[in-house]
Amino acid sequence: MRDEISPEIFAKLADLAAFRFNPEEAEYLRMELNQQLKAIRQLETLALDVDVPLVPRGVTYTAESRPPLRPDVWVPFENPEEILNQAPEVEDGYLIVPDIPHRELD
Amino acid sequence: MSLTDQSAFDIAHKIKRGELAAVDVLDAALERIAAVDGRPGALDYSPLTQEDQTKVHAFITLTADRARQQAERVDARVSAGEDAGALAGVPITIKDLFCLKGVPTTAASRILSNFVAPYTATAVKRLEDAGAVVLGKVNMDEFAYGSSNESSAFKPTTRNPWDLSRVPGGSSGGSAAAVASGQGCLSVGTDTGGSIRQPAAYCGVVGLKPTYGRISRYGVIAFASSLDCPGPLARNVRDAALMLSVMAGADTRDSTAVRLPVPDYLAGIDRGVKGMRIGLSKDYLQISYPDPDTGETIMEDLPAEIRNMTLCAAGTLAAEGAEIVENVPMPNSIYGIPAYFVISRVEASSNLHRFDGVKYGYRARASQGDLAELYRQTRAEGFGLEPKLRVLMGMYMSGGQLSLQYFQRALQARSMIRADFETAFDPDGPYRLDVLLTPTAPTPAFKMGDFYGDSTLMQYSDQLTVSANHAGVPALSIPGGLSAEGLPMGLQMIGPDFAEATLFRAGYAFEQATADADWRAVKPCVLAEVE
Repeated sequence: MRDEISPEIFAKLADLAAFRFNPEEAEYLRMELNQQLKAIRQLETLALDVDVPLVPRGVTYTAESRPPLRPDVWVPFENPEEILNQAPEVEDGYLIVPDIPHRELD
Repeated sequence: MSLTDQSAFDIAHKIKRGELAAVDVLDAALERIAAVDGRPGALDYSPLTQEDQTKVHAFITLTADRARQQAERVDARVSAGEDAGALAGVPITIKDLFCLKGVPTTAASRILSNFVAPYTATAVKRLEDAGAVVLGKVNMDEFAYGSSNESSAFKPTTRNPWDLSRVPGGSSGGSAAAVASGQGCLSVGTDTGGSIRQPAAYCGVVGLKPTYGRISRYGVIAFASSLDCPGPLARNVRDAALMLSVMAGADTRDSTAVRLPVPDYLAGIDRGVKGMRIGLSKDYLQISYPDPDTGETIMEDLPAEIRNMTLCAAGTLAAEGAEIVENVPMPNSIYGIPAYFVISRVEASSNLHRFDGVKYGYRARASQGDLAELYRQTRAEGFGLEPKLRVLMGMYMSGGQLSLQYFQRALQARSMIRADFETAFDPDGPYRLDVLLTPTAPTPAFKMGDFYGDSTLMQYSDQLTVSANHAGVPALSIPGGLSAEGLPMGLQMIGPDFAEATLFRAGYAFEQATADADWRAVKPCVLAEVE
């Protein structure tokens, strides 16, 4: 059976996902993806049927069960320092990152 | 019997009446942990010692001092004549996927190894508010991606208390192993494709995946947002019911948490199954999986001991007055795993993009260059192979034409699986079931290393559980017997939306009817050394 995900497609996916792999890792993962696709292909036996609703989750929410929208009100976190302190690098309350890739527009 | 081996219900009852002190129960639990757990999971990958192989390794973070403060508060409340809560002084553990304020919350991943949660998940907060004493955070598959606990970045990974050479199941494997070995009475886990029920089955404990939306997901690190369900693991059905009563309910911080009233799940739990219609389906007594070479679907009967356990349980429930309905068709359950491969990966891929070494968590130290390079280096070092695999598949499935080819078909399969359940439970339909009775897993716990690395076969260990996640319906796993090798086998009871009380009733009836069975007297091997 053909490999649906070729090394070229895999490289493109890795780039989009912001991953980097050594050659052994890349080949192992590519093989696993192709193996999983053999299972996923079972779905191809399903004819797409416009009468079958595509729902965001299995449970149907009713007027009784659906929670109301909460008021669109800003609620401050009690201690923002606790959140900021989780960042690897912070200065004066700002997150520090390396240069952001950019290009000059003509 | 140690205090920690008593039921949560009894412990809370005795503590509230002043017959037990919460600190004594805590001491018993800590003593058990010291005896059976060994070193906690860590990023230190030193080789396994001989002693490591004789321990359970359920914990990543033990919060003994914090637990003592909680236990002392419970005792103080009892002394002051105050209500100490429904779970007063009950020692519990938390899957390390739930945020717990001031405590490391790792998702068993290097990329969150230094993350200390600034807030507490709603489900955990409700347990603590009810007087539960949190012993710590327990191991799991990395980001809940797995069925054996072996993908955790925190080693040694958890071992099965019944046979330490076997996996505890996953992803809530640390939770199930902790409960089975008396390291706490209860644990809170999550179930996306079977991650509470499968480890519960492997470790001989009770696990419930509630109806989607019954328990808030606020503060739970997301895997697949349309499928994730927090839920209880316990040593008996009544304790699981008690725990759900505490955790369930609306939450303004989770727009998917339903606002339906929470029943008293303990009330009427002992009403028995007389008149209940309990179904059996041939579609749940076989397993299908793709041939690794050709991709052709192979269909096999489940092992005889698993089938027999299920049929025997049906006989037991029939003797208790249930009406058994045979040949309930669930034809679309064969699409459960293929659809799960697509839906869960697409959602996981989306959820994992937030981990980038900027806002929180691990940042690659040796990073050179610009921000894009920082992302790549951090994610390369921070994620294990399983999350990377899931992100890659999710991105592949999200792309243009493939979205039509696979993703829409997966959503359609989900709707068709849901329709199977609606037909089975329809009160005006041909089957009118209260409960569908199935095995929880196709086999008992497998040996460590048997499937790890083969992500496709590993996924198929969830084949009998995943359909309930697609449909959103509740499903309970309870111990159903022991295999010829002396390993626990799980029995699954599936019900219609929000019918958890019915499942508890049926599960409790089975527990009572088999209370004197020989297999109930057999305990996990790790407990032999402490008794």
